[in-house]
Amino acid sequence: MIYSDIAVAAVFVAVCVDLFIFKNSLLTRLAFWLSYMIILPFQLMTNWWLTHLRSDGKAIVMYDPDSITGYRIAAAPIEDLLFGFALVLSVMGLWEFWGRRGFQRNKISR
Amino acid sequence: MLAFTVCGSFWLEIVLKTNVLRRWKRALLSILPISTLFLIWDAYAIAQGHWFFNRDRMLGIYGPFDIPLEEFLFFIIVPMAAILTIEGVTTVKPHLREKEFGKDEK
Repeated sequence: MIYSDIAVAAVFVAVCVDLFIFKNSLLTRLAFWLSYMIILPFQLMTNWWLTHLRSDGKAIVMYDPDSITGYRIAAAPIEDLLFGFALVLSVMGLWEFWGRRGFQRNKISR
Repeated sequence: MLAFTVCGSFWLEIVLKTNVLRRWKRALLSILPISTLFLIWDAYAIAQGHWFFNRDRMLGIYGPFDIPLEEFLFFIIVPMAAILTIEGVTTVKPHLREKEFGKDEK
């Protein structure tokens, strides 16, 4: 499997878990999509920072051309956006899962 | 890049009082299982050469499976930023929380 395959699989798993295992799917909620729209430009900025070629002809993170489709957005492989989406969705999903279970659900006032 | 992410998101904890860092047990239980899966992916990708790092621009500290320290920090800070973002959104727009998150909230 190359990066592209794993990235698609990760999104597929994250979406399935969100829709079918967690109750109150994040994907159906405005709050999730608003958050993702805030996160996306920041991801593009940090992706660019990590993957654009520097004066030494290298980036901080580089990719095997045979492991990616070759489509790039903000210097980074398009797969990175799938990677980020799966990461953000699954972490927020688990956070909400614990909240619904009543674990440190509400803000702690002091 | 990690500092940028911290600066970009952690102020939400203070200004909006999102209370995510104060609820660190819930945050850790949300982050660690997911980060573990992504670090397994990372280890596999590094081993297969899907991606590699410019070693001149790294701290030079490597953990198990040749995963750089920066990657471990990435998989703590970025998920934390994600949680802070959604908590920030629902703090500013509480009706989104009541309608969508808070059926059984007291």
